Amino acid sequence: MNFNFQFPVIEQIEKRTKAIEENTIYDVIIIGGGPSALTAAVYCLRKGVKTALITKEFGGQITETATIENYMGYKYIEGNTLAQKFKEQVEQFELSLAYNTVVEKVINDKIKKIYCSDGKVYLSRSIIISTGKRWKTLNVVGEKELVGKGVAYCAICDAPLFKDKTVLVVGGGNSAVEAAIDLCKIAKKVILVQNLEKYTADKILLDKLNEFNNFETLFSHTVSKINGKNFVESVELHDLKNDRIFNIEVQGVFIEIGLIPNSEAFEGVVALNQYKEIIVDCACKTSAEGIFAAGDVTSVPYKQIIIAAGEGAKAALSACEYILSNKKE
Amino acid sequence: MALFDEKTKEQLRQVLSQMINPINIHFWTQEIECPTCQMNRQFLDEFVSLTDKIKLFVHDFVNEKDVAEKYGIDKIPAILITDEKESILGIRFFGIPAGYEINSFISACLEVSGAKQKIEDDIEKRIKNINKKIHIQVFVTLTCPYCPSAVATAHKLAMENPNVISDMIESSTFTPLAIKYNVSSVPKIVINDKLEFVGAQPINILLENIEKL
Repeated sequence: MNFNFQFPVIEQIEKRTKAIEENTIYDVIIIGGGPSALTAAVYCLRKGVKTALITKEFGGQITETATIENYMGYKYIEGNTLAQKFKEQVEQFELSLAYNTVVEKVINDKIKKIYCSDGKVYLSRSIIISTGKRWKTLNVVGEKELVGKGVAYCAICDAPLFKDKTVLVVGGGNSAVEAAIDLCKIAKKVILVQNLEKYTADKILLDKLNEFNNFETLFSHTVSKINGKNFVESVELHDLKNDRIFNIEVQGVFIEIGLIPNSEAFEGVVALNQYKEIIVDCACKTSAEGIFAAGDVTSVPYKQIIIAAGEGAKAALSACEYILSNKKE
Repeated sequence: MALFDEKTKEQLRQVLSQMINPINIHFWTQEIECPTCQMNRQFLDEFVSLTDKIKLFVHDFVNEKDVAEKYGIDKIPAILITDEKESILGIRFFGIPAGYEINSFISACLEVSGAKQKIEDDIEKRIKNINKKIHIQVFVTLTCPYCPSAVATAHKLAMENPNVISDMIESSTFTPLAIKYNVSSVPKIVINDKLEFVGAQPINILLENIEKL
């Protein structure tokens, strides 16, 4: 039997974090709570600059990752455990914290203003944006209405609820194939729908999927509609090659089509690329003076925990240098 | 065969060493145990052996109907946690709290023992002000990383106010119940059969909705 511990046993460190204040001017405000944000926080605090962090939650995407086997120092660690370790490392410092709130707007001046969803406004000389990415939705009719009624985004969570049912998995990358593998073990039949002509998933996962015989894959197909009243009943598919629209009966739709950057709040303030990622240079500087960015929200290629953490360190050092040179003036 | 390996036992011993006061765990099964009841009982036997702060009481759901009624238990396998004074706090687990759910189970044991996670004063006040009967059911699966926090939040409300009863319901064990409530994504939170949420909700959102009931 498995037990997935989320709080590891680490020696109890006294928390020194405190609540963020509205009328204080901080040296650095970090936006985000994932590996890059938390690494940036540790670097800033060790440099001794007045640092605050605004986040909805701690851990970011690693809390959605079951196990991690490529973060150096750990041969194997649960996502939540690593997130907890990051958090505890940050909490030993006097970090000012705004928790459970989302940044909605930033005004870039000498002193930057950060507007949050709870109506509060915070001030800082510099900003590090580490808001990461989130799962993309399909944006088709029926999706929103049927969330929790057969439309799902977490295969490991919800697979047990689709025993002996027919389910659709949308996507062809690693997350979609992993979802299909989890579902093949439980569901009667799994149908993968990929808009491209081939998978984009890694071979090691495809080999694992091919061990099952209760799945089929429709390449060059898209989902155009999800039908159902109280529950998913069918989906409307578009066969791109033959330009044909048809319906198939399914009881579940798992959407695994990748991620989009959480950069909406910063549009118009910093330059974004075509994927809406924040463009940064090799020192994590954005197009706006005094605003830095790090991690998955940026244009840096390869979204990996270790890269995000490294970028967070770099952004922090750049921000600290910016603060020091500006204070001298 | 033991459910906990040595490493898990050691981790649990350390976590449970944070408990402050003794607590009681009540478990309901029946003479001819259902397969999950059996495993659930073994889980609890092994769990309580790791600390001297927990006393386990095993009840027969069928033969001791009055006890089940006294504690308000209507299905098995059921776990109810009480404090050393035997106060019924409304902290219940239906189905085995294994997998990720071990975390909400540990949280509940710590909280009832007095090792409480601090909450903001105004949130605490709002919880204390709930003046009607509230029944929160949190449907989970054991492979869901988001579910324990949803369960722990519901239990926090139950812990702080006797009007609130909060249940973890393991969806695969209680399939008919999961079907009744149309559970297809977890965590699914059902309050008084009137409100439904999919996904873990922050405590203030739950409170806002409970206050409107």
